[in-house]
This record gives sequence, structure tokens and C-alpha cells, in this order.
Amino acid sequence: MSQAPTRELAQRVFASEFNDAGYTFKESDDERAPLYALLPTGARANRVFIVGTLTEKSDVGEDSEYWQGRIVDPTGTFFVYAGQYQPEAANFLREAEPPAYVSIVGKPRTYETDDGDVNVSVRPESITEVDVGTRDRWVVETAERTIERIETFDDEANEYAAMAREEYDLPIEDYRRDLLSALESVEEADDESEESAETTA
Amino acid sequence: MTDLRQHAERIADQFSEHLDIDSDEVEARLETLVSEYKIPAEEARRSVTNHYLDEAGLERDALGGGSNSEVELAGIDAAEQWVDLTVKVVDLWEPRSDSIAQVGLLGDPSGTLKFTKWAKSDLPELEEDAVYRLENVVTDEYQGQFSVKLNRTTTITELDEELEVGDDETEIEGAFVDIQSGSGLIKRCPEEGCTRVLQNGRCSEHGEVEGEFDLRIKGVLDDGREVQEVIFDKEATEEIAGIGLDEAKQMAMDALDTTVVADEIRGKLLGRYYRVRGPTFGRYVLADAVEKLGEPTDPEETLIKARSI
Repeated sequence: MSQAPTRELAQRVFASEFNDAGYTFKESDDERAPLYALLPTGARANRVFIVGTLTEKSDVGEDSEYWQGRIVDPTGTFFVYAGQYQPEAANFLREAEPPAYVSIVGKPRTYETDDGDVNVSVRPESITEVDVGTRDRWVVETAERTIERIETFDDEANEYAAMAREEYDLPIEDYRRDLLSALESVEEADDESEESAETTA
Repeated sequence: MTDLRQHAERIADQFSEHLDIDSDEVEARLETLVSEYKIPAEEARRSVTNHYLDEAGLERDALGGGSNSEVELAGIDAAEQWVDLTVKVVDLWEPRSDSIAQVGLLGDPSGTLKFTKWAKSDLPELEEDAVYRLENVVTDEYQGQFSVKLNRTTTITELDEELEVGDDETEIEGAFVDIQSGSGLIKRCPEEGCTRVLQNGRCSEHGEVEGEFDLRIKGVLDDGREVQEVIFDKEATEEIAGIGLDEAKQMAMDALDTTVVADEIRGKLLGRYYRVRGPTFGRYVLADAVEKLGEPTDPEETLIKARSI
């Protein structure tokens, strides 16, 4: 019996780090081998799970529909693109009315701009509208996973951290600062709602 | 039916291929030992079995029964083994076929295992949460998953004791990142003992059949550390997605398409967080209990961790 290929994990990563993940690689010569984006905190990402606010959407296609969505989290903006090969996601973006909280499961994709910069975007496998509780849970979870990556960044056996040191010259401290402010934003919102509840009571 | 009668029928069954005996004759022998000689029923059964073994010129091993080894559920690792078990009935499921009297989950301190009791075996009803000694059950295997089958020769003795069931249950949390094909409104093969899911009206074993509708979800939960596949049966699907079998059939009928059910489920579950508890079967967790997770419980704790890096 042939073993089904293991499903790739959906990494949790904030927008500020994701948009820095311009280096991609494969781990085998097989044509169908999975493509990974290298996260600057030292992990490979073939798939990501993100939750944020869809603030804008536009059809940027020339011949056929090609939808761009901007998904904002506490650290920055994810760019999501869906065309004819992602019909359900394209449908969602066509019908969506920003602003709205959305969950996206998708694959990191990179492209080089005319002036040599590498842009990182998400090609969605699915998009669904969610509530603020799900968004806040994602922020805390993503902070947790990022902390775990930062804490193991200096481990000698961490091959992706070594790769990140080689490919990027990015201070890890920036991502720690970003996740701190992301967590604080969730906590402040939490405190405010408690206060307002108290005032009403 | 009395205990002796049960023992007698079982013994007669065991020897049916080797000797021309009927259960009345066996019962009479047992009766003599038990009533006149005050021998415990279990010992009488042993003695009578040995008597017939001699008569047939057989070794004990030649029988699919007799003195089996008492095994733990987690120790079952081969098919076609005759074993004795002391177990608790953890869960009873809806039989998918008239040929099955009862189907469900047995548990002992080592873990849990599926069981099937055939209707034609005419055995007493097992009750949920009760503890039983099951003698002469046979193991089975399907796609790497083991189970036990209760048959005509199985004896069931209810025990008046508690039995701790081993915790092979897992609890997982994560976001639904995929709802796989084969989810939603499906059809299963109605053939006896076969519950395979039909593909285009065909069962891989029995060919074209008139399928029976069922509802399930095969989903993937991901917490950013691990990926776990989860199966929701009809009841769990109704609980998590709020769609029952009748409603699902109606939806499919209105749309002239069964895939609308899976689409509806996708829209409700994908990208949301859940906590699921249930036993593990191979690469799947079978969802017994499901809970939707809302806002984070303790951002403060993560904040302290983040500040201390």
C-alpha cells in the first residue's frame, strides 16, 4: 500500500515577516516536490494560515478576472491573488464587501518586480469570512508560533535558521517587536471591551 | 436462555465439524456435572469440552475456541485470532445493515477497539457502560484497523465491576484548513458487513448497488505545529455543521447535486478554530466531542512569554 504524501503544515506568520520571506527553495529534484518559502525566523513554509481584515479588493486582471485582496494584520498587509485557477477564492473576493475579517489557507508565492525587488503574496486555497474572536485567537496563536521559532533560532541543529542567516540579513529583533505590539493590540481591545462592559453595568 | 444452554450450544458449535453431537446432549452432560456434582459451570464446560476433544481425537488448538488467551485490546495485532476479553462497552453506534445486531466501541485499560455483533448470532444485547467478559470472539482486520467480531460461539457474561478504559482518546485543537473529498452527503454499500463509500454508484467490492445515504466530514485540523485528519460521523456532523441527514438530502434534491452539502460544510467550518476529542483510528481522530473556539483565553500569558525572550 502506498503511503499518501504527508500534508504540509500551515505555518502561522505575521505579515511583516511573511513579506520578507522572498527566498524560495525545493528539497528534492523531483518536478512535483513542494516549494517552500523561507521564513526569516527560520522555518520553511509551503502553506500558511492567516486571519486578518480584508480592507480592499480589486480586479487587476487584463483578459480575465484576477482578484487582488489586501488582508491587514497588526503588523502589515498580506497580498492575496486569485484567478481562474482559484475559482472559489476569486468568487469570494468578487462578492466580498470590505471591511471584513477573513481566514485564508494558501500557498506563498513570490515574484520579482521590474526594479529587482521580490514581492511575496498568498495564493489562496480557501477564504472564509470569520468573526473577531477567530481573528484574535489567530493573533495570539501566531505570536506563540513566532516566539517558538525565535527561541530556537540559535539552536545549532536548526537548519532553516542557518539558511535564513545565509539568505537574509534581517534582524530577528524586528519580528519580536512586531509580535509584541500585535499581542498588545489584542489585549488592549480586550481591556476596552471589559471596561465598556463595566460602564454599562 | 440459561448459561448452561449457552455453553452447550457453543460447545456443540465448536465440534460441529468433527462430531455428530447436538446441544441437548451437551447440555445434559453439563447439567449432570453442575447439578449433581456441584461443579462450577466454567469448570464443567472445560471438562465437557475435553471429553469431546478426546472423542474426536483432537488437540485443543484445533478448535476455534476452548481456552483462548485472555488479551488486552491494544495487544490485538492480527486477524483471525480467537480471544477472550474483559471489556467495557464504551459506545454503541447505529448499525448500517440489518445483518448487524450491534456495533460500537469496546474499551479496557489498554485502549479501545471496534466490535461487531451479527444479528444471526442471536446473542444477548450489550449495554453501554456495562462491563462484560467476552469469550470466544474473533479478531478481524480491515485496511490496517483491527476489530473484534462476536459470533454464535461467543459467550457474554456481564460482570458487576468497574473497568477503567485506557485513554487512547486524544484531544486536539486547531483551525480547519481543509475539508476533503468524500465529505458531505455520501452513499454507502448496503451489502452485509460492507460499509464502503460508493464512487459513482459503485462499491469497489460489490459493483453497482443501491447505496444508502450517510453524512460525514473528513477534515484537516492544523495548529501550526501538527496536521491531524479528523472524521465526523453523521451525529458529529450534525453537531458541528448543523446539518442533519434529512436536511442534507433535501438540499441535494433541491440543487439536483449532492456536492452542495459539502460546499455548505466548507463554508461553515474552514478557517475556524475547533477543539475535537475522540479515539484515534490509524491516521484519523474520530470526533466524539466537538467545541468551537472563540476568542483567545489568555493573551496575557503569551505577552509575558514574548517580553521574556
